[in-house]
Amino acid sequence: MIEGFTALYIFMLAGFTGYEVIARVPVILHTPLMSGSNFVHGIVLVGAMVAMGHAETDIEKLIGFIGVMLAAGNAVGGYVVTERMLEMFKSSKEAK
Amino acid sequence: MGFLIDVSYFLAAALFILGLKRMSSPATARGGIVWAGVGMLVATVITFATPGMHNYGWMTLAILIGGGLAWYSGKKVAMTDMPQMIAIYNGMGGGAAAAIAAVELLRGTFPSTTFQVLAVIGAMIGSVAFSGSMIAFAKLQGLMKRSMNFSSQQLINLVVFGAMLVMGIMLMNADQPGTTSILIFFALALAFGIMMTLPIGGADMPVVISLYNALTGLAVAFEGFVLGNAAMIIAGTVVGSAGTLLTQLMAKAMNRPISNVLFSGFGTGSSGEAAVEGEEGIMKEIDAADAAVMMAYANKVIIVPGYGMAVAQAQHKIWEFTQLLMERGVTVKFAIHPVAGRMPGHMNVLLAEAGVPYDLIYDLEEINNEFAQADVALVIGANDVVNPVARTNPDSPIYGMPILDADKAKNVIVIKRGRGKGFSGIENGLFYLDNTRMLYGDGQEVAGKLISEVKQL
Repeated sequence: MIEGFTALYIFMLAGFTGYEVIARVPVILHTPLMSGSNFVHGIVLVGAMVAMGHAETDIEKLIGFIGVMLAAGNAVGGYVVTERMLEMFKSSKEAK
Repeated sequence: MGFLIDVSYFLAAALFILGLKRMSSPATARGGIVWAGVGMLVATVITFATPGMHNYGWMTLAILIGGGLAWYSGKKVAMTDMPQMIAIYNGMGGGAAAAIAAVELLRGTFPSTTFQVLAVIGAMIGSVAFSGSMIAFAKLQGLMKRSMNFSSQQLINLVVFGAMLVMGIMLMNADQPGTTSILIFFALALAFGIMMTLPIGGADMPVVISLYNALTGLAVAFEGFVLGNAAMIIAGTVVGSAGTLLTQLMAKAMNRPISNVLFSGFGTGSSGEAAVEGEEGIMKEIDAADAAVMMAYANKVIIVPGYGMAVAQAQHKIWEFTQLLMERGVTVKFAIHPVAGRMPGHMNVLLAEAGVPYDLIYDLEEINNEFAQADVALVIGANDVVNPVARTNPDSPIYGMPILDADKAKNVIVIKRGRGKGFSGIENGLFYLDNTRMLYGDGQEVAGKLISEVKQL
């Protein structure tokens, strides 16, 4: 378990990292980047799997199942859509 | 095994950050998503080896169903419908975070109250992001009215919000939360997400989707704390803060504080009506042949695309037309307003799809000074983002929004389907200027005509 101030430190540093990493993104990449960050929070899949993995009762299993399904949709859909968008970015030199 | 899992999660978190970094520059963007994808794959596969887990069969089935459907829909969706797809995938992530919280609350075994509090907060945020994103999807997909206002809406929203908070606080303190109160809590949180999104107009959807994206990130981070999963904490927090920054950038570009977007309907006030009455004059038409000649013999043409181009699927024809002009020695540039279309960068994606190289595409700040030297500004399917009323009329709902100065070009040609108003319902002063000519018709058809006219010259 990650507890107390360790958790706060992780939270703070990751927060600054997210802000800095995209601080200078050109407008041209806003939509793909939103889509890309949407993919990244698809890591919720890992948590959903763990939650489902230790579900005991039927209702817990059912909710866990829905959770894993939704999370897999987030991760896979986010990846496919982002990749399709970024696939199209070429400079005039590459296009020729 | 535990060590290997820790190493994999560490690797995944690092790859996510590096991937996002690469995605923020056009030259490396395509590699960025692959890096992040590798991170995701490593983290997912190793999770199967977590000690003490069961339900593997159902788990695999859930991944196959969810992943399969998303794979299919993501491959099939048209580029113009990207915004609502992002909304729906994002909502799924929020829903998953809420589901994690639900399972943990039902089990009711938290190491300390802190974890229980975080689980509930994450559940609230995740549920709101889930139902809100679904409404945003329904609106953009045209499944429901763009904005819905009814009497005492804000009061009802406040009551639902208050009830959700009360139930949430009860759950935070309960020793062994009851199934019924958990259900009521989630019902309220989901209802609040719906209620909150209903009154928001379509023009503000980009900001809202971006906000829900950030919220989902935050919800994932909170559930990561609950599960003690560092990869979730880091990825979720990074997305939460990056998403917040992105939301701010968008709201700033539209000159609408985020609180305004969330707590008021757009273009429904009486001020919108006043602006309509203020516009007088006649719109002057031009036919495709004249327009083609005007541009073919120009030195510099700036094309301003908007959502109308996306609807008409005209981007391919426009690029073909652009190439013809460039062969004739005309300088052609594309000017993109930060909020043109339904999302920031929406137009860039469409133009990229048609094959327009990104170095021909310019942001508002980069190109606004150049309109004065342009012979022709070709506005295709854009409306509010070139409306000079935003500079001149303090009563207008879009007053103060930075616009593309298309009206400063020597000539303005506006390709437009009909005489109707733009998305926000505001009359456009640009259409009545002396140097503006209207070219009516479907964007794709008109572009086709322009191409054949230029070829005949």
